[in-house]
Amino acid sequence: MKSSVITFPGSNCDRDMDVALTKFGFKNKMVWHNDQELPKSDLIVLPGGFSYGDYLRCGSMASKSKIMYSVINFAKSGGLVMGICNGFQILVEAGLVPGVLLRNKYLQFICKNVHVKVDNKENTFFKNLDKKVLEFHIAHNEGNYFCTNDQLKEIEDNNQIAIYYCDQNGNTDDHINPNGSIKNIAGIFNKEKNVLGMMPHPERMIDESLSGEDGSMFFKNLLNNIK
Amino acid sequence: MKVSAVITLKKDVLDPQGKVIHETLDGMGFNSVNEVRQGKYFEIDVKENDPKKAKDLVEDMCKKLLANLVIENYKIIETQ
Repeated sequence: MKSSVITFPGSNCDRDMDVALTKFGFKNKMVWHNDQELPKSDLIVLPGGFSYGDYLRCGSMASKSKIMYSVINFAKSGGLVMGICNGFQILVEAGLVPGVLLRNKYLQFICKNVHVKVDNKENTFFKNLDKKVLEFHIAHNEGNYFCTNDQLKEIEDNNQIAIYYCDQNGNTDDHINPNGSIKNIAGIFNKEKNVLGMMPHPERMIDESLSGEDGSMFFKNLLNNIK
Repeated sequence: MKVSAVITLKKDVLDPQGKVIHETLDGMGFNSVNEVRQGKYFEIDVKENDPKKAKDLVEDMCKKLLANLVIENYKIIETQ
């Protein structure tokens, strides 16, 4: 299976993502933001980082990069696109997933492990995943998911909420919410479920001795689902 | 021609920075503040001499890049 990771000026999780994808069997290519054509890919990843120094709004400049026209076309024709952290911010700014990511409620940069509950497994990203609660890592200043009431209704009606912040038992109480996101939302899909944006970093959880292995489980499962 | 645009957060969007600024002002003795909302101000010099056309151009920029209409409003405030 072939994947491509887009590098924007200021991306800093692009190489981690490359390591993760390669480790679990993807043939990955790195693609520069100023390129126009995407290599043939089964999965496109927009990685985490601080593209364009978070100028104007996080992800806003990167969402207008040359390569994004191809990424948008790829997504609109049904291709799998995943945006992690800053990649999620780029996806919302590009209009590929609804809503927006605001500054964290308590104005702090948050860097810690969190648990997330997988709500919807009827999609390529989470289908057949053994666990319902995963431990991932978050590191962000603007992860406070917000959308209008109309958008929220549409998102809920279409089962577009991918993951929620929760405790290790899967409870999504208010006090578990790290950043103020509406309904504890940590990740959402587009309507067709071929585009996933999420704040947590699965690529940081792929080493038994350094982290948990819930990221390994996610990537192995994703590869099997794409095959 | 120079065109100025102001981007502000919509009413129901939380503005934690505005809140902190409000509290700081309060601590400094400015006790008569009801609310502070932080926004962005742009001065854009466009190659256009017709005020209507210049304004339309900047309005298009606001819609496509300068503002995120999910959370922000924009206002063209002056042309000169």
